[in-house]
Amino acid sequence: MLPEICLGLVIAGLTAYAVLGGADFGAGFWDLTAGGAERGGRVRGMVQHSMGPVWEANHVWLIFVLVVMWTCFPVGFGSIMSTLYVPLFIAVVGIIFRGTAFALRGQAATISEARILGALFATSSVLVPFCFGACLGAIGSGRVPVGNAAGDPISSWLNPTGILVGALAVITGSYLAAVYMAGDSVRAGLPDMQRAFRARALIAGVAAGVVAIGGLVVLRDDARPLFDGLTSGGGLVFVIASAVAGAATLALVWVERFEVARFTAAAAVACVTIGWAFGQSPYLLPKHLTLDQAAAGHATLVATLIGVAIGMVVLIPSLYLLYSLTLRGRLDQQFEPLDQRFRPLSAKRSHG
Amino acid sequence: MNLLLVAAGQVHSALGESNQSHLLAARHTQALSFIFHIPLVCFGIAFPAMVLFTEGLWLRTGDPAYKALAKRWSKVMLILFAVGVVSGTILSFEFGLLWPNFTATFGDVFGLGFALEGFSFFIEAIFIAIYVYGWDSLSPRNHFLCGIPIVITGLAGSLFVISVNAWMNHPTGFDLAGGQVTNIHPWSALFNSNLPFELTHMYLAGYMVAGFLVAAVYARAWLRGDRSRYNRAALIIPLTFAALATPAQLIVGDWAARTVTKDQPVKLAAFEGLPHTERNAPFHIGGIYEDGEVKYGVEIPDLLSILADHDPNGKVDGLNIVPARDRPPINVTRLSFQTMVFIGTGLALVTVVFVTAWWRRRRLPRSRWFYRALVAAGPLALVALICGWITTEVGRQPWVVYEVMRTKQAVTDAGGLPIVFWLLVVVYLSLLGAVIWLLRRLARSSPEKEVGRSLEAAR
Ligand code: HDD
Ligand code: HEM
Ligand code: HEM
Repeated sequence: MLPEICLGLVIAGLTAYAVLGGADFGAGFWDLTAGGAERGGRVRGMVQHSMGPVWEANHVWLIFVLVVMWTCFPVGFGSIMSTLYVPLFIAVVGIIFRGTAFALRGQAATISEARILGALFATSSVLVPFCFGACLGAIGSGRVPVGNAAGDPISSWLNPTGILVGALAVITGSYLAAVYMAGDSVRAGLPDMQRAFRARALIAGVAAGVVAIGGLVVLRDDARPLFDGLTSGGGLVFVIASAVAGAATLALVWVERFEVARFTAAAAVACVTIGWAFGQSPYLLPKHLTLDQAAAGHATLVATLIGVAIGMVVLIPSLYLLYSLTLRGRLDQQFEPLDQRFRPLSAKRSHG
Repeated sequence: MNLLLVAAGQVHSALGESNQSHLLAARHTQALSFIFHIPLVCFGIAFPAMVLFTEGLWLRTGDPAYKALAKRWSKVMLILFAVGVVSGTILSFEFGLLWPNFTATFGDVFGLGFALEGFSFFIEAIFIAIYVYGWDSLSPRNHFLCGIPIVITGLAGSLFVISVNAWMNHPTGFDLAGGQVTNIHPWSALFNSNLPFELTHMYLAGYMVAGFLVAAVYARAWLRGDRSRYNRAALIIPLTFAALATPAQLIVGDWAARTVTKDQPVKLAAFEGLPHTERNAPFHIGGIYEDGEVKYGVEIPDLLSILADHDPNGKVDGLNIVPARDRPPINVTRLSFQTMVFIGTGLALVTVVFVTAWWRRRRLPRSRWFYRALVAAGPLALVALICGWITTEVGRQPWVVYEVMRTKQAVTDAGGLPIVFWLLVVVYLSLLGAVIWLLRRLARSSPEKEVGRSLEAAR
């Protein structure tokens, strides 16, 4: 039972990262596709406005997943990290560039500086979730054996399942981001942005659904055990739940109930992660290592749970405070279209 | 006897033996990443307290200069924190990407520290966001209160990481049965006996590095003629923090040396390059270690015995207690140890000048040389910090977990490590460039902008 609870922590962390961090990456996707400086200025301003205060906090979920993994499932962790070093390294470099470019863009003085930084920010926003998704695909399809770099460094993740899950990660993130930012636009009183993100949410939502359903065919060919797990028992329940939540989100976005849609969208993602865990149970590394084999000793698992429980007692109220301040607009992040920001500056300069 | 113990105590790697031809590249990559991360950590430890102190001065006096300063610094804090987050993320990944056999074998022993660390960074990230974005929308009192968790979590976060490092130097909390790790007690691994001095030494180092570096910025402005009250406060506050930490650091350094003598005698022997166990062991200033002895150094009789044992007659173990393959690289360890100690002593002198002037005349020293020394002190404190870490980490070699697991057992079998190293060199250089660019841009805008009014006017 203890290993399952600890795996639950990993899944909860992954879900939180996918729902919160994933949306940050998705925001980067919309930044990338916003169009030229003038046309995309308002969308980019909205991205800056929504992400500013929260991205560091969202990002810590990733760290949480890593440390719980290596504490509770050390051998699994070592095997995953050493086999999948290529996509993981790309992801790390992407995370660095993304964080830095975003922070820098907030301070950029000219539109061309902002555009270069923005391009860097946006490209890495797509690269990172793709790589993480591909890693999940590699694990789920049984391509990560136990051992020190025992799997193939390339074909373990660049394969139909890996690419599918990578793509799905990018699309889902974009979907989440569009839903959240549509809600933020309502709160900021920007109807044009609200329309823009509503349209984006609808498109991305449909795309996510299509890829997810089409993806099942890919999985059936490429990762049969995972497919079987996802289409029977607990796996099936959560896959269906996810589909329902996804469809409900689309409907809610259609009728512009963005605040509720926030939660159903998050639920859809959560159900997929949980369903996935069911799909590959009882394995941590399908074909190679079961959860029980992978689990650390009793004392470590108990200590981790105690540590996490203590942490949560402090963390949850703090998170609540942060999100409620952000959602009530109490943290001063002004909305400013990215291309507009530079006008007053240059105007001032030319007048002396 | 010692030899036998070591051989019997060595662990079997959980993922099987490593067979990596680029071990050195892995080590350099790890070192590079730490050297980038650790200065940011100092700001995580010490800067929140300085910012909050300044905000407290504003709340008490109502002087807008203090508010401008605290607000300005809080922006710097946010930038450095963001860079700390990304560089810390690289480090977390490196534990698996570079040393999978280390985490696979011992993750369940030392992992708890990192799990707790994760929470404290989480809370730090949350309150930094609230603090920096909440200057104008929260009431002054609530805003001040939101700063307190940042101070606490900055300290707590590094507590847990340092505990892991202390554990690597003094592994406890598990048994080895036939090379297998068993009977794990994560809490006693976490609170190992090396933790108290490492932690204290690092905290003080954090205050010294952050304090002297910030002071250096404003000392330079002083030299260029900025005598505003704003600049004066910005110089005195960090300098005072650093001045409190520096003398204490010398005492804690002595504590560190004595603990090392007891727990890691080979490391201590490497600090000096002491070939044979002896009484009245000398200490050589400068010089290099070659062919089993220190050449060209200035010998000070008995000093190593005094440092290690507080007794000129004390017996100090030499490198000869272990075979050559179990000794660290002597010159690197030695040189970094000496550099740390000399800089520490030098900074203590600067502190004495400052404290004396303040004590006797209630003002800053007037000599330009004092300010020049301050400008140098910032980078020097940073050098001392990095040298201290190199002493600890390289001095621990060839072990990643002291006398239990060799570094070469821990490393990954993945390919391309030299490429990874050079890519990361580029990444860190651009990151460094970015930080400098951001900070300079921030420095260019006048502090009056922070409060929207003149700072010199009457309150
Ligand atoms: C500003 C920085 C700074 C200054 C001035 C000093 N140190 Fe230090 N020292 C560090 C910063 C540091 C550190 C934070 O970098 C280390 C690395 C690991 C640790 O716990 O602290 C360290 C490690 C370290 C160690 C190795 C501990 C180990 O291997 O576990 C010893 C023996 C000393 N120090 C001794 C001294 C002495 C005798 C000093 C006196 C002048 C001194 N340090 C000044
Ligand atoms: C093995 C080594 C290390 C790892 C894996 C690591 C990991 C991390 C991570 C992931 C972060 C980002 C936190 C966030 O997302 O909010 C971070 C930041 C930080 N780390 Fe490290 N770290 C290491 C070494 C150290 C050391 C040696 C110290 C202290 C002595 C330290 C203290 C801190 C602090 C105080 C921060 C907050 C950043 C700031 O305030 O600027 N870390 N570290
Ligand atoms: C507290 C946290 C720290 C932990 C848990 C930690 C852990 C590690 C690990 C796992 C390695 C690789 C194995 C090895 O070479 O033995 C390593 C190497 C190294 N670390 Fe640390 N480290 C910490 C802090 C630091 C800091 C702050 C620095 C420097 C500024 C540093 C400098 C180095 C260097 C130079 C090496 C390479 C040693 C060599 O190549 O000889 N470490 N550390």
